[in-house]
Amino acid sequence: MEQGPAGGSAPAAAAAAAAAAGTGALLLPLSESEQQRYSELFSRCCPPPEAAAGGSSVGELFRASQLPPDTLHQITEVCGAKRVGYFGPTQFYIALKLIAAAQSGFPVRIESIKNELPLPQFVALKNDSEVRYGTPAELHGVKFQVPHPSLEKNSYKRTDEGDKQEPKSPPMSPICSPPASPSTYQRIPLSYGYGKSRSGLEQQHGAPYEVRHSTHQQDGPSSGNYGAKPALACSTLNRSLSGEREQQDSSAHYSDDPWRITEEQRDYYINQFRSLQPDLNSFVSGSVAKNFFTKSKLPIPELSHIWELSDVDCDGALTLPEFCAAFHLVVARKNGYQLPETLPETLVPEYLQAASLKLVRDCALFDSYSESLPGGQQTRDFSRTEKTSAEEVPDSSALLQDGKKDDKQALKASTDLKTIPKEFQHLTVKTAAQESNTLKARPRSRSYSSTSIEDAMKKGEEPPTPPPRPQKSHSRASSLDLNKIFQQNTQAVRSGWLPPPPPALPPRPSLSQTEQVSEVELHPQMNRPLSQAEENSSAKKEVVLAQPPSKPARRKLRTETQGLETPELSPTISVTSSLPAIKPHLPVQKQSSKQKRAIQTAIRKNKEANAVLARLNSELQQQLKVRNALKISDKAPCNQLCVTSSR
Amino acid sequence: VLVHIICSPPQNYPLYIRSVPTENELKFHYTVHTSLDVVDEKISAMGKALVDQRELYLGLLYPTEDYKVYGYVTNSKVKFVMVVDSSNTALRDNEIRSMFRKLHNSYTDIMCNPFYNPGDRIHSRAFDNMVNSMMMQVC
Repeated sequence: MEQGPAGGSAPAAAAAAAAAAGTGALLLPLSESEQQRYSELFSRCCPPPEAAAGGSSVGELFRASQLPPDTLHQITEVCGAKRVGYFGPTQFYIALKLIAAAQSGFPVRIESIKNELPLPQFVALKNDSEVRYGTPAELHGVKFQVPHPSLEKNSYKRTDEGDKQEPKSPPMSPICSPPASPSTYQRIPLSYGYGKSRSGLEQQHGAPYEVRHSTHQQDGPSSGNYGAKPALACSTLNRSLSGEREQQDSSAHYSDDPWRITEEQRDYYINQFRSLQPDLNSFVSGSVAKNFFTKSKLPIPELSHIWELSDVDCDGALTLPEFCAAFHLVVARKNGYQLPETLPETLVPEYLQAASLKLVRDCALFDSYSESLPGGQQTRDFSRTEKTSAEEVPDSSALLQDGKKDDKQALKASTDLKTIPKEFQHLTVKTAAQESNTLKARPRSRSYSSTSIEDAMKKGEEPPTPPPRPQKSHSRASSLDLNKIFQQNTQAVRSGWLPPPPPALPPRPSLSQTEQVSEVELHPQMNRPLSQAEENSSAKKEVVLAQPPSKPARRKLRTETQGLETPELSPTISVTSSLPAIKPHLPVQKQSSKQKRAIQTAIRKNKEANAVLARLNSELQQQLKVRNALKISDKAPCNQLCVTSSR
Repeated sequence: VLVHIICSPPQNYPLYIRSVPTENELKFHYTVHTSLDVVDEKISAMGKALVDQRELYLGLLYPTEDYKVYGYVTNSKVKFVMVVDSSNTALRDNEIRSMFRKLHNSYTDIMCNPFYNPGDRIHSRAFDNMVNSMMMQVC
């Protein structure tokens, strides 16, 4: 009786099945001679005290069988040594049986060994410690399926064996330079976690300790193997990486995790990002990223999946951490690792962002997440609030019922990126950075929003209206918050405007009378020159000129409303043209010209407020319509009832 | 019993079909196909009206003897159709709405993927997972 598996045709299935067979008691029918021979071979390979055969000797033995290398790979796979990481007796025996089968011409399958087979033949066993399984020709293959078996053979290298394959990288590097994409896809090393090949098959992300440990000891061979990867020849960088990682014995060490990005990789990714998009804080758009990743020659469905994994905020663009994650996944895939179903924890953007910002700031080594400094925490806040704030901005600009949101908008452009202690400002600054680049990237409001803030916002704004794009050049416009403008509007212009705006902020400290008087003088002067209306351009210029003295300007406007209501509106259009005219009048009074500019800014603010209020109006009217419709529909059945009852 | 289907204009060929359980699939395909006509009818009836979030959900298209068909159309005229067992009375309108909303959101996520060409069949694993979870919830 055999504990044979169902026996799939794929080696993977067979391997899994063989693993099942291997773990249990070995029930292969071994004839006398076979048993004798096998045990002899086993003891030869494996000194009695040890439970498992030494990798090198096993390797020698296998080579002595004179089977082609990929057959040997298959055998190791099928017998289960790959899975368990060593050649135990069961694996060894199965392997020997398979060798016999292969030598007899049978395919390497578990079923083959059910038959009666002759003893496996081994040519004079060599004693060289050089174990070369892959022929250069094989490793030079440009398909990435090929490296997979070569990965497997690493799996049974013993830790105690210092097996080193010849560094194949020198002959490899000229070949491995990608033909199609010379610049972008240079060698990315993935010299850690070689056991990933096995775990890759099983969709695991951790490889057994022994295997990993063995990989640490291989500098050359690892580089040689990975040098085969198409378009990702790794030679020197690989070696330096493996050299930099000393013999680390901790089994769960972070550097063993293939999904963790090392320093050098990160630098490389960042450089690539820069080549696509010079501003590191901004996005790489979808199409650009698509072209870039297509160069990696991965199949489109896989690239699509990688994108899905890495673009966590699903906005069609990649930030730097997202890009690093995507690039890392591509690299991993090219090196033969299976893509995970969900994004590994170490590739999540918040994690990467914290890490990258830490790197940038502290020039520290790539520590574990828990050790991140306050700087990292700050950035975590960034990234956490990134989504919410980015979502908020386009939505909030549509609603001016909450003055706070206006503050956010105003603050956003005014605060400096690095000098923010509070989370509130985090929101605004991050949105400023993003908004200037991709405001359109997050137009959707999601029903399954992640934060309560988004939920609260969405309830209030069902009918989507295009948000007014806040001007980029707000610059210190914190003083120009729109509530002030509303206040002005209600008092200044009573020409049948829209319903009163929300309550304004308490009035700012008042100014000296002299300033006000001078401003009054200015207005008549401004009234006179009426040139062409370049409203928008002038508005923008005004924004640029916005200064803190705009506060006094608004105050003035309020106080002098009576005399200058209507004339104020029309000449404001032509303010900039009037400026040169005014300046000669008041050359000395710098302050007043500043105030003038402030007025212009305020006027522009008014116009913005107008637009906003108009939109608000339309929204309210819509809601009115809805309510009316509901009322009517509610009334209708009542009416019918009345009618029927009256009959 | 739950069948999802997403059809894209202009030819209304399906981008994604998923049904639980899998027998009688052909019947459901046919049902969905016929319901597309109803969807088109409703869309044309709306005319030039503002395309609200509200109006995206078309509601019960028509109840047949065994099952009900619900429809949803996006702003880009991509139609989602859902066929639900009539015996499943636990499913309320709100739940159907939320399911459509989830579908729509996942669909937009797929759209964001630059490697996805609009008009291709949808092979996204994330989308599949979402649909699976939804169906598990219902059945």
